[in-house]
Amino acid sequence: MSELSKIAGRGVYVAGNDIDTDRIIPARFLKCVTFDELGPSLFFDERFDANGESKDHPLDATQHEGASILISDANFGCGSSREHAPQAIQKFGINAVIAESFAEIFHGNCTTLGIPCLQMAAEPRSELARLIEAEPGEELMVDLEALQVVYLNQSFPFSMKPSAREAFLAGTFDPLDELLASREAISAVEARLSA
Amino acid sequence: MGSLANGQYQVFMALHLIHEVTSPQAFGMLKDKGLKVAYPGRTFATVDHIIPTDTQARPLADDMAERMLQVLESSTAEHGIEFFAPETGSQGIVHVVGPELGLTQPGMTICCGDSHTATHGAFGCIALGIGTSQVRDVLASQTLAMDPLKVRKINVNGALKKGVTAKDVILHVIRVLGVNGGVGYAYEYAGSTITNMTMEERMTVCNMSIEGGARCGYINPDETTFDYLSGKERVPTGAEFDAMKARWASFASDEDAHYDDVVDFDASDIEPTVTWGVTPAQAIGVGERIPTADTGSELDQELVTSALDYMKLRADAPIKGTPIQVAFIGSCTNGRLSDFEAVAEVIKGHQVASNVRAIAVPGSEKVDAAARALGLHEVFEAAGFEWRKPGCSMCLAMNPDKLVGDEVCASSSNRNFMGRQGSSTGRTILMSPIMVAAAAVEGAVADAREIFELEAV
Ligand code: SF4
Repeated sequence: MSELSKIAGRGVYVAGNDIDTDRIIPARFLKCVTFDELGPSLFFDERFDANGESKDHPLDATQHEGASILISDANFGCGSSREHAPQAIQKFGINAVIAESFAEIFHGNCTTLGIPCLQMAAEPRSELARLIEAEPGEELMVDLEALQVVYLNQSFPFSMKPSAREAFLAGTFDPLDELLASREAISAVEARLSA
Repeated sequence: MGSLANGQYQVFMALHLIHEVTSPQAFGMLKDKGLKVAYPGRTFATVDHIIPTDTQARPLADDMAERMLQVLESSTAEHGIEFFAPETGSQGIVHVVGPELGLTQPGMTICCGDSHTATHGAFGCIALGIGTSQVRDVLASQTLAMDPLKVRKINVNGALKKGVTAKDVILHVIRVLGVNGGVGYAYEYAGSTITNMTMEERMTVCNMSIEGGARCGYINPDETTFDYLSGKERVPTGAEFDAMKARWASFASDEDAHYDDVVDFDASDIEPTVTWGVTPAQAIGVGERIPTADTGSELDQELVTSALDYMKLRADAPIKGTPIQVAFIGSCTNGRLSDFEAVAEVIKGHQVASNVRAIAVPGSEKVDAAARALGLHEVFEAAGFEWRKPGCSMCLAMNPDKLVGDEVCASSSNRNFMGRQGSSTGRTILMSPIMVAAAAVEGAVADAREIFELEAV
């Protein structure tokens, strides 16, 4: 696991408050025993109708092909705890999500997987989305240290949960090694509770 | 236990519950890292999401469902984890099984790869829904990395009106506080309405905390809690129970505990509540009209318009009378014995409308057995409900129970998200079990108090 402080990539704006995990990955795609194949199912029912015809979702627009930074609105990722949602996002090729706010379990899942969740206020966010729509094709530069996104020489401030930012900058966003380091203390608690 | 380099805390998990959807992948992750399950005795497994509710004969008709079940069977066997398989008498929805076996006990830290783990907070537990990578962390270390939580106390005081249930209380709370009102908070429910509730009612309330955006729900343990646990399969008896009870009682939060926020509700303001939109906060009293899209910010208005479009409902029309085609009673919110008892009591002598498909799905094999012992399944069947085998069923579309096309379902479950019940155009109206029964009889959203002539108190 390595430190993560800068992410570059093209952006895509998927509008809407309260985009829930059932929309990010419909339940029928949760039938799997590994996460490997989830990428193509991201936002499936938003992107395709019942006959599999494209519904012209921003993710499928030619100008956004290969975009790796997703921008959305408030309470992104609400609903279920399914890690399938951030897994699908990551497997689709998205490396960071910008939104007004995030549902907590979703935020935690993203962090562990190494997908930074950036909170950006409405004004800079809609300006950024507008700019991306008007002039797609350029790369955004996300800087976790400076807490800003730069696009076409304009900068857009964001905030992050301090513990998540800390973990990305230190490269400890997957906490397992750190958790396992206190094996002895864990077994002491276990012994006390089992007594 | 201690804090981590990034300022999070490492917290020991006393109980870990797993099911077939979010956990098999975690065993794969363990294998990749060459790790073992640290304390297999603290993890219990069940199968609920994918299990069909008509026949559970193996192999399951759906190949992928069968594979998921097999992976769960083999991983639990390999790691020495107890698995409540179908036909053992203990299988059921994970949040029904934990409490009814007495695995869920006051003061515990509990986690499960499922957001409705909040249910267990009804016992005075810190109960968290987690992702698969965290399931891995818990299997490997029995601990989780966590941020500290703020606590919002939600006081509900007074007597509920006749025909108003625990489900209406939580739908009302979410309606008022919003689907993201709880972000960053744990919700502690208190007040006379809550303390007068049975454990099953309290579980219904805590269950939907996550729908309000809260990380978990919590209710102080009290005599009701201890009485419920007394005699449960995994709870000690005699002197040992008395000692445990004393310890449990000590976990209750103090009268003068500090809260980051306090919100008060008056029970008499709460009506039988139903949703009209695609989030649980888009809810109104059954006698109210569907909102219009002309207030709030542009995004708020857009939210109302798109919800109405999806639901194919008209702004400013009464919700009462909205035709339904499917009625579902079950889920970890309202699939317990008392839910079926309440419906059986009112539905006797009534018939499900001829164009409505109605199913009743017990939350567990224990609920099923208890209901059958009381003859409830016959009451349901006589009224025109199908009585199914336990599972998540129509709460989400991972098993054969699904909506077709844009059918409207009156549902006792917890989520009315777009496509939640298995059809990308299917429509869900959340409500209490007796309200589902009333809708089933009427063939349309109805007020249970009128259909079943419940007298006002
Ligand atoms: S009943 Fe519904 S909400 Fe509960 S665990 Fe099953 S799928 Fe999840």
